[in-house]
Amino acid sequence: MSARFSVGEPVTVRAAFPTPPCHIRTPFYIRGKTGKVERICGEFRNPEQLAFGNYAADVIPLYRVRFDQARVWPGYDGNPKDTIEVEIFEHWLEPAPGDR
Amino acid sequence: MPHDPHEHDHAHDHDHDDHAPVTEAEPNGPYQHLANATRELLIEKGYFGPDDIRRMIERIDERSPALGAKIVARAWTDPEFRARLLASGRQAIEDTFDTDVIAADLVVVENTDAIHNVVVCTLCSCYPVFVLGRPPDWYKSYAYRSRVVREPRAVLREFGTQIADDREIRVHDSTADMRYLVVPKRPEGTDGWDEEALAGIVTRDTMVGVAEVPTPA
Amino acid sequence: MSDDPFRQHHDMGGLDRGAISPDSHEIALWEKRIESMVRLLSMRDPPIVTVDEMRRGIEELPPELYDTLSYYERWIASLTNILVEKGVLDADELKARAAADAERSS
Repeated sequence: MSARFSVGEPVTVRAAFPTPPCHIRTPFYIRGKTGKVERICGEFRNPEQLAFGNYAADVIPLYRVRFDQARVWPGYDGNPKDTIEVEIFEHWLEPAPGDR
Repeated sequence: MPHDPHEHDHAHDHDHDDHAPVTEAEPNGPYQHLANATRELLIEKGYFGPDDIRRMIERIDERSPALGAKIVARAWTDPEFRARLLASGRQAIEDTFDTDVIAADLVVVENTDAIHNVVVCTLCSCYPVFVLGRPPDWYKSYAYRSRVVREPRAVLREFGTQIADDREIRVHDSTADMRYLVVPKRPEGTDGWDEEALAGIVTRDTMVGVAEVPTPA
Repeated sequence: MSDDPFRQHHDMGGLDRGAISPDSHEIALWEKRIESMVRLLSMRDPPIVTVDEMRRGIEELPPELYDTLSYYERWIASLTNILVEKGVLDADELKARAAADAERSS
């Protein structure tokens, strides 16, 4: 499997809000936010399937995405350069071509 | 919980781990009974033996921030190792140190004059146990998990750590398969120190990023 | 704690759950045993339980229980729920054994 996104590419986290039963590793606070791919971490089994005992879960690319804190939190009052990095699986990401 | 060994560790020398009477020091509530029942039943059904549990406890007990501190001291003194460590943390550690197999991929991030890194797991409490030992309670607390992503400077101040306004704070949320180790800034006044002396001033909290290594008095 | 019905209880990044207490207790033997049991079960091939299932089980605890149980109490609650769900242990057998354990220690 090859990774859909490359390092430095702008991506937006899907604004999806599944309800239980589910096991989601994409934190609530980062859904709908746009950042840039910092690194491709590799390929790992999908925890959303592993969590329900499916040990043959899909192997999918995992990314490290860097976000500007000022764009994550309304009214963020730290240094405007402050950042946050989150690991996000590929199916949670969409291209954000207008955000170069 | 990467502290020094403590009283319970000594008990492991004896065949104390299973079917032992609950000692006065141990709590005695419904969840402890549930844990005892689960362990007994799984042993009876052959999933593991009492010795397996004892050995696993000992293996995890052996983990402590001492390895993390050695890694940091080596990175401070050996530019070639530092480069390998930042490029591929797990590989560099396995190639360099005599250590047990590392279970997860490790991302190593470095504090500089421009950037301060701090690590959290907002969803549960993922932590690099193999280089730092078990996590401290505050790392698992709801206060830390909820707040450090949104107000890192305020949270660090509660640890007594003041990060200059002009440095970037970079928060790392351990949400999936990576674990994170911070290489703190080497303090002034340590020129010429050997690795062992340097490792001696690197604490757990500096490798999570909630503290900085102070300049030696 | 959250005003958003779509946020799950455990997913607390960005909320304010109080002041940091930088202290830490020494992990107790009963806690270490739970930790090791889970590790042993997850290391089997195929695993009996994985860390992902453990997390899901913890996330499924009702919010009031999630907030009142200690860290390893959440672990054993999750572990037993999953083991019963998967048929590794029987709920009645587990209850009876826990009751016997309580009897022994009283």
